[in-house]
Amino acid sequence: MRRIRALASSAVVVSLLAAATACGGGSSSEGSNESPKTLTYWASNQGPNVEADKKILQPELDKFEKQTGIKVKLEVVPWSDLLTRILTATTSGEGPDVLNIGNTWSSSLQATGALLPWDRKNFDKVGGKDRFVESALGSTGAQGKDPAAVPLYSMAYALYYNKAMFKEAGIAEPPKTWDELTADGAKISKGGKWGLGAEGSNLSNNIHQVFVLAKQHGGDFFTADGKADFTNDAAVAAVKQYVDMMATNKIIAPGNAEYAKNQSLSDFSKGKTAMVLWQAAATTFKSQGMKDDEWGVAPVPVQSGAPGAGKATNSMVAGINLAVFKNTKNTDGSLKFVKFMTSDAEQKLLCKTYGSIPPVKAAQSDPAFDRPELKVLRETLATSATALPQVSNESQFETSVGTAVKNLFAQAANGKKLSTADVKAELTKAQQQMASQ
Amino acid sequence: MTTLVNSPKGDPAVREDTPGATRRPRRPGRIRRLGLPYLLLLPALLLEILVHLLPIAIGFVMAFKELTQNFLRDWSAAPWTGLGNFDVAVDFNEPVGKALLHSFWITCVFTLMSVGLCWLLGTAAAVFMQETFTGRGFLRTLFLVPYALPVYAAVITWAFMFQRDNGLVNHVLHDQLGLADGHPFWLIGDNSFFALLTVSVWKGWPFAFLIVMAGLQNIPKELYEAAAMDGAGIWQQIRRITLPSLRPVNQVLVLVLFLWTFNDFNTPFVLFGRAAPEAADLISVHIYQSSFATWNFGTGAAMSVLLLLFLLLVTGIYLVLTSRGRKASRG
Repeated sequence: MRRIRALASSAVVVSLLAAATACGGGSSSEGSNESPKTLTYWASNQGPNVEADKKILQPELDKFEKQTGIKVKLEVVPWSDLLTRILTATTSGEGPDVLNIGNTWSSSLQATGALLPWDRKNFDKVGGKDRFVESALGSTGAQGKDPAAVPLYSMAYALYYNKAMFKEAGIAEPPKTWDELTADGAKISKGGKWGLGAEGSNLSNNIHQVFVLAKQHGGDFFTADGKADFTNDAAVAAVKQYVDMMATNKIIAPGNAEYAKNQSLSDFSKGKTAMVLWQAAATTFKSQGMKDDEWGVAPVPVQSGAPGAGKATNSMVAGINLAVFKNTKNTDGSLKFVKFMTSDAEQKLLCKTYGSIPPVKAAQSDPAFDRPELKVLRETLATSATALPQVSNESQFETSVGTAVKNLFAQAANGKKLSTADVKAELTKAQQQMASQ
Repeated sequence: MTTLVNSPKGDPAVREDTPGATRRPRRPGRIRRLGLPYLLLLPALLLEILVHLLPIAIGFVMAFKELTQNFLRDWSAAPWTGLGNFDVAVDFNEPVGKALLHSFWITCVFTLMSVGLCWLLGTAAAVFMQETFTGRGFLRTLFLVPYALPVYAAVITWAFMFQRDNGLVNHVLHDQLGLADGHPFWLIGDNSFFALLTVSVWKGWPFAFLIVMAGLQNIPKELYEAAAMDGAGIWQQIRRITLPSLRPVNQVLVLVLFLWTFNDFNTPFVLFGRAAPEAADLISVHIYQSSFATWNFGTGAAMSVLLLLFLLLVTGIYLVLTSRGRKASRG
């Protein structure tokens, strides 16, 4: 009996120890070169599906193995899981060596300390910081700190429109200002057809749209020193302008309030809506059976004048960054892999396949990036795109304000007229949530 | 120990079970015999500790830490906040506490309605299925389908059916039956509560059906025959025989359904995504949002601890009340 008890208690102690060491594992290693022959790479889902991504990336990884002798184990992680997987890896210390992150997460993940900082020394190993486009570098971490990642694929928002529907409504050219857009939208929105599509329940997409509008109203959702400021006049006006396209202008179908799975893109492909504001949508349209000459593309409208900096911002800097996990057991190999993925040749090839813009300047000269859609996206990125606030609580911002916009869309869809006070009340709630977290 | 050694009862058993052991000293044999059940339980106990108790303990510790994204990588370095996280969670004048309270009430109302409907449907169906008729086996199988389907696939299907413009629900309600005025929303706004309730009841009642059906097999037929002789109608038979006989089954069934429904995460999360509409903001998703979506795991853990305490309290009170009631009815 006594022996059993001793055995039982020692078993408890052992399992407790095991758990304790598992938890403490995160802090122990700080990057090493223990296993120089292998790498694990978590890619984000950029193609039509995970399988397609594997087919696209595997030949490139084989190329890398031939050049360096390093074998790369690839895992394509769906967007719905990626952030949770990264957080889990951060907590446990067991993760990939190299990984893709959404560029808006850069500052949040930077704050966790999970990613290798890109100081001068590291940048030099991939050819220097100047190889990358300035706006893309603006979305790689908090200002004044070494970036947490390097840009991999860049994207920007553009206005996609259905040529036939525009012609039918007698619209000669795509709208340049929001007034023109709502006027054009009103001409189209009748008989089951609608002017503009939206993803009212997609929190991130809501944020991208209202962030740009807030810039156009001369404000932001954060103060210069990084404090949440959701209820300033510009922010309220921006959110109101966006949801009013459903509530007042009635150019967005009420059903769009519950869209979160890119249903607005299939509505566009089916000719139910005439316009969408989207980033690099060409491949999706094609996969949904819409021919390339059936849709046109133009810069996202501004309040007045032409797109540019400041109040004439018309897109966020969208894109994917490539990061090295600080706990990697193959730091040198990881840096070599980043160098490979951001090389001119790979950039041209991968961005061409995915329909995105290379954030590497030299790769942009390829004629493939001169087709009309990519030209618009490239121009936007170069001249009139602004990075989302690089604050460590960016992900809380997406959740709280994204939900506020979702709730307002829900009210608008049920026929409620939204006053400035209604909008401000929702944003106040979002702001309070941020403040007390 | 001493009482066990002095107990004369065990000895014959030892000799019978292990004939070869008779010549050995008595103690080791007894220890082996007494130890065996514990030894056999040990793997289960270890796994129980590892899989259940340790995470609970870690969650408890987390609730007292300021575990934000800044300390994720080495969370043992996160500063202790004492009851700080709990203060935030239960300060009902502040937005976080207010939202938690709101979510708590929604969950209570939702759970009461869902458990009630599950029980009612399950019991009614089980009672009807007691009669023998053609197609009984088929119907029984059919009723159990929702219970057998994988939750994710089933709820995703419901999410498609509840879509406003292309969903089956609106098509049937409005286009075919003409019951609804226009196409209502089911996944956003106030109706989302009923959408969630529908899915939850659909998913939960087969279990009630299964358990009650098993319970009904134990009621002797003679009771009904005697009651019928005395002139009791079907309604009286159900009230006076069926329900009292099902009492012990119901006691467990209602408790289990309550705990499952109150804690259900999959249904609301798959149906609404990471931002549930206010009318259907169940506490499990609310806690998930308070920790994963905002990367503040301390507050989330504190809320989980509160939830655990509440469920323990309810379970305790429920067990005390129901077993006292049973004793009284027996005596």
